[in-house]
Amino acid sequence: MAVKEFEKPELQEFTTIPKLVEEATSHLAPFKSKEEFQQSLGYPGELVDNWEDVALDKMGDLLKRYRSLRVYMDSCIQCGACTDKCHYYLGTKDPNNMPVGRQNLMRGVYRKHFTLPGKFFPKLVGAVDLTKEVLDDWYSYYHQCSQCRRCAVFCPIGIDTAEISMAAREIMDSVGVGQKYCNEIIGKVNKIGNNLGLPEPALADTLEGLEEDVLDDTEVDVKFPLDVKDSDVLLVTPSADFFAEPHVDGLMGYAKVFHQAGISWTLSSHASEAANFGMFIGSYDNMRKLALRIREAALELNVKRIVFGECGHAWRVAYSFLNTLAGPFDFLDPRYPVPQHICEVTHDLMNKNVLQFDKSANDDKVLTFHDSCNVARASNMGDIIGGQFTLPRDIIRATTNNFYDMEEETIREKTFCCGGGGGLLTDDLIELRMKGAQPRMEALKRVVEDHGVTHMAAICAICKSQFSKAFQYYGFELDQIISLHHLVGDALIMNKKEL
Amino acid sequence: MPIEVNGKSFETDEEGYLANLGEWEKDLATAMAAEDGIDLGDDHWEIINFLREYYEEYQIAPAVRVLTKAVGKKLGKDKGNSKYLYELFPYGPGKQACKFAGLPKPTGCV
Repeated sequence: MAVKEFEKPELQEFTTIPKLVEEATSHLAPFKSKEEFQQSLGYPGELVDNWEDVALDKMGDLLKRYRSLRVYMDSCIQCGACTDKCHYYLGTKDPNNMPVGRQNLMRGVYRKHFTLPGKFFPKLVGAVDLTKEVLDDWYSYYHQCSQCRRCAVFCPIGIDTAEISMAAREIMDSVGVGQKYCNEIIGKVNKIGNNLGLPEPALADTLEGLEEDVLDDTEVDVKFPLDVKDSDVLLVTPSADFFAEPHVDGLMGYAKVFHQAGISWTLSSHASEAANFGMFIGSYDNMRKLALRIREAALELNVKRIVFGECGHAWRVAYSFLNTLAGPFDFLDPRYPVPQHICEVTHDLMNKNVLQFDKSANDDKVLTFHDSCNVARASNMGDIIGGQFTLPRDIIRATTNNFYDMEEETIREKTFCCGGGGGLLTDDLIELRMKGAQPRMEALKRVVEDHGVTHMAAICAICKSQFSKAFQYYGFELDQIISLHHLVGDALIMNKKEL
Repeated sequence: MPIEVNGKSFETDEEGYLANLGEWEKDLATAMAAEDGIDLGDDHWEIINFLREYYEEYQIAPAVRVLTKAVGKKLGKDKGNSKYLYELFPYGPGKQACKFAGLPKPTGCV
């Protein structure tokens, strides 16, 4: 398709720190949002005339609202610990993709307009005016950050570049410069209920088809209920689970788990999306509006529990913010966490021996596991320290015989982003996505060579889609990326007697 | 960027998807495919026609499993899978086939 050719990175045995290439990816910038998408989210349709004033006002507002942002602007000692930690820097060689380089794009403007030394001695402290060139750099490089927070793990001060990127995007939206991919999608959720724009009749038809498929495969009448009132569980899952592969096999896995455990559950056509792109654009208001749909659905359907499917940043929003965004959830069953991750549900049922597995069903596979960034570095599971790492691995070990972790420096809290997170999973950024996937691909290549790994399991819709593309690009097979609950679904021993 | 076919101009978005769905015609699909280096044969048309029919009914492209199942039923089980669809549309059946069929691009985490 209409993508400019770019040099294909060669996978190394170990990820090495590349020599800097100034402005290597300064040409990359995603398509800008159209007027109609901007306005539907409450932003100006195009760059406003007095944009410098509006942007600085917004920045001042954010600095007041988010104490963290001011601390991040003030406290960097330029020590360099973060410089080689970003997958986009490692893949693109562009110094503006070093976390500190990315932060400095905003820090210069901050110093000029919000600090005394910057006002009086701008040259001494690297203070710069917010010019159109600076705004263009912001648009380019704050859309070359997947908000994965790997750099923050290594920063001795704990500066979170993701929050700086979010703030930058919010400022740009406020002057009328938004990103098409994110803002069009948020508009679709507001209008139809999910990122895809999948209307209720199409969703119902799709789910009916899945019921037939599972029945054909297993001879068990597993249901995929939609908008069924008084169910125990409301499952909120990324709409990619309905639409795409390998996501849909995960959805079939969740359905089998609920079926086998005898848990009544339902999907909602109103809240048919777990993803919350409001976070990617740093907009509290939009994030809240999206999150409220889940509350509305839970109340309308009179459920007792809310469970989230395999979606990385959705779980961050759910785990970290859902209660304050859309709570209180005092109408739900207090015996269960609010909300709960599908891995927590499966793990709990597994420990109680409600679910039994035939591991040999997955003997055709040798697994590794990709920790998704938002799950790894912004959430927890099972209420135990590191549960977000151990629960998925426990599930893999319970459902397969062959599992090998990738290199320690590339997993758990140090996991590399897939290269497509944070609102960058769009074809106009394919060069960035493929280059950013390089560190993960290198770690994968090693376990493929050393242990004969055949499949990588993931628990995030973005990761799965991004890897489908990156695997083909780097010479792996499309179907080597799978949903974690695909393994569960295939190994689960199903009770056939009720048919 | 408009595409010119048979002296007619078709408005498209930045990514080459047809702006006004109603304007679609077969020669446009052939021209779009040629731009991607694909010569549309009967196998491609089966998919494109199905996409258009489904879209007309549901206002969205079919999910991958809906598509593979329909293809499997019509053309035989060996063709009812993504591999077959990727052979026809290397950039992905969802995105590339939708483009040729004049449908909007599927959005989201796909």
